[in-house]
Amino acid sequence: MKCRKCGERAVLNMRQHKLALCADHFATWVPEQTQRFIEKYKMFGPDDRILVAVSGGKDSLALWDVLVRLGYHADGLYLGLGIDGGTGYSAESFQRCQAFAESRSLVLHHVDVAETEGASIPVASSLTHRGRGKPCSVCGMTKRHIMNQKTRELGYDVLATGHNLDDEVAVLFGNTLTWSVGYLARQGPVLEASTLGLARKVKPFFRFYERETAAYALIRGIDYIYDECPHSVGATSLAYKDVLNRMESERPGAKLSFYLSFLQAKEGGLFRQESEAVVELLHACTSCGQPTTAPGLCAYCRTWEQVRARSAAPA
Amino acid sequence: MPVELVLRDRKFQVSAGQTIRQALENLDIIPETVLPVRKGKLVAEDEILKEGESIRLVAVISGGCGDRPR
Repeated sequence: MKCRKCGERAVLNMRQHKLALCADHFATWVPEQTQRFIEKYKMFGPDDRILVAVSGGKDSLALWDVLVRLGYHADGLYLGLGIDGGTGYSAESFQRCQAFAESRSLVLHHVDVAETEGASIPVASSLTHRGRGKPCSVCGMTKRHIMNQKTRELGYDVLATGHNLDDEVAVLFGNTLTWSVGYLARQGPVLEASTLGLARKVKPFFRFYERETAAYALIRGIDYIYDECPHSVGATSLAYKDVLNRMESERPGAKLSFYLSFLQAKEGGLFRQESEAVVELLHACTSCGQPTTAPGLCAYCRTWEQVRARSAAPA
Repeated sequence: MPVELVLRDRKFQVSAGQTIRQALENLDIIPETVLPVRKGKLVAEDEILKEGESIRLVAVISGGCGDRPR
């Protein structure tokens, strides 16, 4: 198989695009496409300050690399979750982010959840009903809250995350199976800021397959954490990805078509009623001020208050 | 001599002379979920496997964080 641009040996065949590229042309194609998506979906402009949420994984570090190559002012934000799992997972992922930032003289902000909130994610989840059994729920909620808070506190215009098309399609698939119209109404590559305290969030990699972000990281020599979070074993989203990739293997382009058709339907007003309903229902949390669907404390403040109270209680 | 495919801590012995994609499909590994690497370099899945070589398969699927709808 030959590179469509130069005729040299291709290293990646993107069957959904009928496009095969060599390593050099693939490494320039990814930033070109990213820039195209940034403009097409009006994510941010050349003067905006971007905070990139980095985990040490392939997607977020590849995104940071691409944004810097494109000339954007992009700083990193790493959240230390205190996950060990016998492999020192959080420590190793932080080390990858630090090494990446230092080698390119980039700014990396670091928030350690145990230091700021009093407990690591695994400890917190063991002390609350929300996290019983698996820490992913507490982890996801905590990350969303702190990323939003830091984007606003540090004065960034936008928060960029490394979600790829496989991530987005797995979520879409899950929400469609249960017809969770509220979640469907809120899903998309750009989540607008709100006056109630939500920072603008964008996903510049949302049109790339996971295979492409991994290939980009390999070709660019990005040293990312290869092992998965120890708590992701058996995750529903991984089961959905497996089903979707089997479909993709039989019918190239199935994942992309599913997601783009969803965006088109949404654009056409399919979930308009639900989108408006969500905005009308939001209140400001009485403790942190971030938006919440019920009056009083938001889920984040309620959960972490419970964690601190139970940590302090005698055994 | 058979070819060795290495995916994380699993090793598979397959025949030379077939494409990487064919070998993956025979092993029920979805080709979309891995990237083949030969001697440290990424290679396309239509490459023919050579006698006695070892191909590393880089798993590309990640996730499970915040395992809830969003």
